[in-house]
Amino acid sequence: MRELLKLLRGKYLWMTILTPILIIGEVIMEVSIPRLMADIVNVGIGNKDIGYVATRGGLMVVMALLSLCFGAFAGWTASIAGMGFGKEVRKKMFYRIQDFSFSNVDRFSPSSLITRMTTDITNTQNAFMMVIRMMVRAPIMFVSASIMAITLNGELSLIFLIAVPILGVVLALIIKEAYPRFQSMLKRFDFLNAKIQENLIGIRVVKAFVRGDYENEGFEKAAAAVRDTQKRAERLVVLNMPIMQLMVYSCILAVLWLGGKMIVVGDMGTGDLVSFISYVNQILMSLMMVAMSFTMLVISKASVSRIVEVLHETPDIPDDAEGDPQVADGSIEFDKVCFSYKGDLSSCALRDINLKIASGETVGIIGGTGSSKSTLVHLIPRLYDVTSGSVKVGGRDVREYKQETLRNEVAMVLQKNVLFTGTIRDNLKWGNKDATDEEIIEACKAAQAHDFIMSFPRGYDTEMGQGGVNVSGGQKQRLCIARALLKKPKIVILDDSTSAVDTATDSKIREAFRRELADTTTIIIAQRISSISDADKIIVLDNGRINAVGTHEELMKNNEIYREVYESQQKGVA
Amino acid sequence: MPPAHKNMGMKKPKNAKGTLFRILSYLSPYKWQLIIVVIAVIISSGAGVAGTYFLKPIVDDYIVPLIGAQNPNFSGLLHIVLLLAIIYVAGAACTYIYNRVMVNVAAGSLYRMRMDMFTHMQKLPIRYFDTRTHGEIMSRYTNDIDTLRNMMSQSVPQLISSAITVIGVFVMMLILSVPLTILVVLMMLTIFWVIKKVGGKSSMYYRSQQSAIGVVNGYIEEMIEGQRVVKVFCHEEESKKNFDVINEDLCTASTRANTFASILMPIMNNLSYVHYALTAVIGASLAILSGQRDLGFFSLGLGALISFLQYTRSFAQPITQVSQQFNVILNALAGAERIFALLDEKPEVDDGYVTLVDAVIDEDGTVHEADHHTGQWAWKHPHSDGTLTYTPVRGAVEFENVEFGYEPDKVVLHGISLYAKPGQKIAFVGSTGAGKTTITNLINRFYDVPDGKIRYDGININKIKKADLRRSLSMVLQDTHLFTGTVMDNIRYGNLQATDEEVIAAAKLANADWFIRHLPQGYDTVLTGDGSNLSQGQRQLLAIARAAVADPPVLILDEATSSIDTRTEALIEKGMDRLMEGRTVFVIAHRLSTVRNSHAIMVLEHGVIIERGSHDQLIAQRGKYYQLYTGMFELS
Repeated sequence: MRELLKLLRGKYLWMTILTPILIIGEVIMEVSIPRLMADIVNVGIGNKDIGYVATRGGLMVVMALLSLCFGAFAGWTASIAGMGFGKEVRKKMFYRIQDFSFSNVDRFSPSSLITRMTTDITNTQNAFMMVIRMMVRAPIMFVSASIMAITLNGELSLIFLIAVPILGVVLALIIKEAYPRFQSMLKRFDFLNAKIQENLIGIRVVKAFVRGDYENEGFEKAAAAVRDTQKRAERLVVLNMPIMQLMVYSCILAVLWLGGKMIVVGDMGTGDLVSFISYVNQILMSLMMVAMSFTMLVISKASVSRIVEVLHETPDIPDDAEGDPQVADGSIEFDKVCFSYKGDLSSCALRDINLKIASGETVGIIGGTGSSKSTLVHLIPRLYDVTSGSVKVGGRDVREYKQETLRNEVAMVLQKNVLFTGTIRDNLKWGNKDATDEEIIEACKAAQAHDFIMSFPRGYDTEMGQGGVNVSGGQKQRLCIARALLKKPKIVILDDSTSAVDTATDSKIREAFRRELADTTTIIIAQRISSISDADKIIVLDNGRINAVGTHEELMKNNEIYREVYESQQKGVA
Repeated sequence: MPPAHKNMGMKKPKNAKGTLFRILSYLSPYKWQLIIVVIAVIISSGAGVAGTYFLKPIVDDYIVPLIGAQNPNFSGLLHIVLLLAIIYVAGAACTYIYNRVMVNVAAGSLYRMRMDMFTHMQKLPIRYFDTRTHGEIMSRYTNDIDTLRNMMSQSVPQLISSAITVIGVFVMMLILSVPLTILVVLMMLTIFWVIKKVGGKSSMYYRSQQSAIGVVNGYIEEMIEGQRVVKVFCHEEESKKNFDVINEDLCTASTRANTFASILMPIMNNLSYVHYALTAVIGASLAILSGQRDLGFFSLGLGALISFLQYTRSFAQPITQVSQQFNVILNALAGAERIFALLDEKPEVDDGYVTLVDAVIDEDGTVHEADHHTGQWAWKHPHSDGTLTYTPVRGAVEFENVEFGYEPDKVVLHGISLYAKPGQKIAFVGSTGAGKTTITNLINRFYDVPDGKIRYDGININKIKKADLRRSLSMVLQDTHLFTGTVMDNIRYGNLQATDEEVIAAAKLANADWFIRHLPQGYDTVLTGDGSNLSQGQRQLLAIARAAVADPPVLILDEATSSIDTRTEALIEKGMDRLMEGRTVFVIAHRLSTVRNSHAIMVLEHGVIIERGSHDQLIAQRGKYYQLYTGMFELS
């Protein structure tokens, strides 16, 4: 929490500081009022002095109004500070996530990042508001009401010496005991929710296999576990209220009995009795408030630590190159590259990759599921860093470039690609936000996307749903290619980007690439041999190693894997 | 780029009364507990009210008269203090009792509600899930249940106790002093006025805050899910800039909403102090005057004043609380309404009466029902005249002129007729949206068509009990879904009775055995989060194994091998061939190499079968299929 508080700056910091000060004002007014009340009863009624009653009473009204102003003001500053705090944390976190590299995202998973940015921030923000209002108010109330009580009647205040420690210890014990119970309840909740989620996603499977009853049984167990742990946790917490009441009541009884005797003897005024009862309430209530805020804090601790975890995650690929060299050309070189997602060389996804690609070449990559084709090309725009060896682009190690410079020259069309909410034009402009209409149309023509875009009633201004739901898979892939082409890069990488495009269109795209992007190095990963058979060079990957490099004809002659793939796809074509 | 706008505004309950009654029906098994709760709440808040009233006799009768007395006798004071102690202990005990009982009631009834929701959800037709996002359904289980829990365990007891306190205090005040009570009424009117002013503004700002939250959350979701694309395009600065704008908007909106909410409490609290001070002045004056002459109606003793002053403090609190609980309750009712809407969704109709039974078939062809697993199945068909017929399950599927649309005015399938003989492999080919998956969804009755249009072994499928119909079919879908559990459990999902050996045999058949053995704990490896630790291809292999272990007469493969590369597909081809042997198989595939060896291939376009025949026949026809096959036409 302390760490997050550092994010408060400027206006929000001032508001955060101002809130407790205003609250101190409010509390002082609040604890003074019962004292004035005692005066009214003791002096005013005692001496039958209506004038005194009126002046004291007037003072009380003024104090109450002042208190109202302080309180309302504090409410205002607290919400500015609280919402500002939420905003700053959200911003910091969003910025941090934007800077994450692929491997950082792999570690967290998108859904967990989303929960952290939404639910967890809300929880933290609520806890923060609570702290700056309650956690300040309660101790101040406690101290000032105690002072008032002691100065009013020291002897009677001894009651608090007994009551406060007892209540404090009991509340502390309850919290301490309740915390692990709440933890285990939350775990059951997670499990329950996971179960529901799973059934929602897999509802067709559940239905197809008629496993409704089976799932119900599993759910019943999870729901019963939630019920039981919840009971166990809440059973303890409900003790708070009655114990609190019991203590307040005992103190009042003690005040009445002991105070009553004192009044009779003449050691205390009747009015003091009234004030004292008010102080009993204020002092014990403030203890209760501390206990409550503490519980809130403890519950929010999990959220805070989940946020801090994200903020502490350093982007794996730092953008700290000195100088800003430009990419000279589209040549690529892999030099003894090994790569492992986990960072240790014993479980490598890629091993001993040595490869040279000249600028302007077209290279095809083929290999089975899990042969690390995508991994290989991810290293070129430095989406991951090599574990050992080096990758050079334009004759320079990729780590020597600024990331933006490198990635502007290496355009990559991802396998799992995404379009965003907005028009088709908005989406294409991701490649180059200053692109003119001519440039956009040119790129779309090369990617064979122009015709189908024009077939939509609103053409380039067609709105895309979130994730591009209103275009077909093949159309989406072509839009993604066009988007990448708008960068006018020196290297284009297509990672299985035409799998949903028919072979004829696929070959038209390649044709356009050859014609218009002759100087651009093109790397194509494909399942279909026909997509890559006319490449200058074809790389056959097997199990993270380069099995062979050559042209289609060479590989057909010498490479068994390549031939097998070819045959499996050609069988039956007359 | 404008982010997705999500409708997250606060909704008011439409039928509060009806909803309330339904919530009560969930509470009905706890009738006795609830009676105890109500009694305990009454005693608990009554104790507080009575306790304050005791100040009057204590001061007036047992303290003031003793002042100045020699050897004062405190036994009277002791008695009354002890009596008060008993009342207080009873009050605190009742506070504990009602809270404790409420924990049980709330946890128990929410458990029942969750169970009802889940079991009902399992019965809902696929259509229901098509039209709603997972997040939407999830929030019934999380947010809506949560607000309901708050209402049950906190708001309702608090409301009862507040009401009793307010009434009790008011009566006591009247007894103590009518003139001061008039002041109370005036004060209350002021407080209500403030609540209405502030509260009204606040709910307006609250709505705009909710929609700002929707915008921000939508943007966060989109950007985090598309983070890889953001990286590839170096779009980080851009998205940060956009985020700053909407984040700022959210901050402004929520500051407004929260300011109103958070100044309400101090205002109420301090207005009550103002009231306290005014009461003190007027009350003290009355007390002084009534000491001097008889004020009659206006007379007030010191003890009464002291009690009254305490009451003014305890009067405002419950009213503030009620005003706050009111929002909670409205929210909870709206949530409950959404929950009940889910429970009111019509479940899948299943009026089928033809059931699937184990069967023994005699040499002469007569079919008998068996009470053990025989490996042969039959349809048990009761007729209206009370006779029974048994039809052996063979897997013949017949479509007769089927028309179907997900929405009444948008027909997806036009006049589909086909006949799959037992053991035949039928393939569907066509663009996305041509209706391929729809056809298979009709066979297992995920969606229903009018009577008599689809027949399974000659029986109208609407007559077959859904569960039994589906048990006789096995599906492997394009998107493979796995469940939390071991690999073994996931394969066994197809047939809960399967032994470990049968599961492993099925895995071998699907060529999944080798990669499963390479997993850290082999078949006992626990899969979590929809099997996110496996590749798409591996997940499909598991799904195929799952279908294999079910061992049904009819198999539906919907793009089952789309994520498996052609070489691996060639490797599992043998297994697939063995899996399909002797079964009727419906295959949907993008990759034409997968469907080549089918007995019949149907080419679908816009919901119509435009070509049908074997691979060789279709190639010879030189029609659409030929174009597709030679890559002259695009499948999208």
